[in-house]
Amino acid sequence: MAEPASVAAESLAGSRARAARTVLGQVVLPGEELLLPEQEDAEGPGGAVERPLSLNARACSRVRVVCGPGLRRCGDRLLVTKCGRLRHKEPGSGSGGGVYWVDSQQKRYVPVKGDHVIGIVTAKSGDIFKVDVGGSEPASLSYLSFEGATKRNRPNVQVGDLIYGQFVVANKDMEPEMVCIDSCGRANGMGVIGQDGLLFKVTLGLIRKLLAPDCEIIQEVGKLYPLEIVFGMNGRIWVKAKTIQQTLILANILEACEHMTSDQRKQIFSRLAES
Amino acid sequence: MKETPLSNCERRFLLRAIEEKKRLDGRQTYDYRNIRISFGTDYGCCIVELGKTRVLGQVSCELVSPKLNRATEGILFFNLELSQMAAPAFEPGRQSDLLVKLNRLMERCLRNSKCIDTESLCVVAGEKVWQIRVDLHLLNHDGNIIDAASIAAIVALCHFRRPDVSVQGDEVTLYTPEERDPVPLSIHHMPICVSFAFFQQGTYLLVDPNEREERVMDGLLVIAMNKHREICTIQSSGSEMQ
Repeated sequence: MAEPASVAAESLAGSRARAARTVLGQVVLPGEELLLPEQEDAEGPGGAVERPLSLNARACSRVRVVCGPGLRRCGDRLLVTKCGRLRHKEPGSGSGGGVYWVDSQQKRYVPVKGDHVIGIVTAKSGDIFKVDVGGSEPASLSYLSFEGATKRNRPNVQVGDLIYGQFVVANKDMEPEMVCIDSCGRANGMGVIGQDGLLFKVTLGLIRKLLAPDCEIIQEVGKLYPLEIVFGMNGRIWVKAKTIQQTLILANILEACEHMTSDQRKQIFSRLAES
Repeated sequence: MKETPLSNCERRFLLRAIEEKKRLDGRQTYDYRNIRISFGTDYGCCIVELGKTRVLGQVSCELVSPKLNRATEGILFFNLELSQMAAPAFEPGRQSDLLVKLNRLMERCLRNSKCIDTESLCVVAGEKVWQIRVDLHLLNHDGNIIDAASIAAIVALCHFRRPDVSVQGDEVTLYTPEERDPVPLSIHHMPICVSFAFFQQGTYLLVDPNEREERVMDGLLVIAMNKHREICTIQSSGSEMQ
């Protein structure tokens, strides 16, 4: 009884491990294992194959591949942890095998170090502000993490204000910490966001699409009305235009952009530009 | 999780937009969102979508002994639950105030208005009556739970069929759906709740507030009416209105 089960498991494991190169752009599911390019030659369909020991110095050319969101290192292979499409980016310069990641869609944000997010100040306790960023815990922000802030010159932050900052500590074991200052000590656009304007929430995939370089949507929106806009990687967008009507139109367009094709979008923009 | 706080910026924007008579999704002051009602395969199962707010309603029945002081009437039982998938803020221990308020409003709207004929639910007086149970689950919260829930409840009750029963002398025969077609409930009228949100000290009304508008409103007025222009329930909550 044990033998057929183990044979079935082996064949299942063997059939599950596909080469990452062949799966690019296709949907992958959690639990799948992917083979990196250098391993495809070594591993045959049956499993581990004996490799003759080579005495040459340049024998093993290990390529450094970066494992992006949705993937995890599992022994020699990549294990998929989120469902979505597999993507790959070639390295720009120098050595390295590039980056592999999974494009997945979700609405709940999980804090990641280095992400720029929009937070809402919920409490002021002593020297620390508690900022809600949409994750499981509120992030902490010290009053000294603003440009030009000293113990005497405190920043003017009230409960309920919007803050644009980045995470310096964000992992699953600790409360996330954010700052409104970059490594040189300059604000670089971060800090308290102005008073008027509208804050609304969209999915994380839409934010990544809008923040991609040369995004058409942003260029078209910029041609419509003069506006100020801030994107937080936690799915929050703050937008401000001259009148309330224009702000509402912009907010509704950005929310609807997720489900529209580019033709539909162009139609809507041309209609708005006329009126 | 704690509820996402409302930032000063959003509150100010919403109130200014309301002063200019503009709503976030472009509706007019007395416009309802689109309502979609879909039915499940069982009798008495329906899903109501009011914009993005979704409520699932399911009606079931059982033969039980009646209450002692109401021996010839059937029993109606309503239960509204706020599922944790409706909003991150809904957690098992934390929803009590809102839940109690909604449940009480549902009961007053549907039970006290006598929309269902409970005498027709009696099988054998003093011994066996039908107990009709309406379970409502909130699947997604985007404002105005009470309207969606009342529509789901009355639609599910109208859609429901109970097994047929015949009484001959002392014998009670309960027919399965295969033997005899199930029988609909006897419903006198259909009360439906309409919610009005008040702003600017009660001088400005909006119908069917969505979740953002509910956060900044001054007060809420819920009126339950049927098509015969009878008011079944009326409830006003929130701050004072001038």
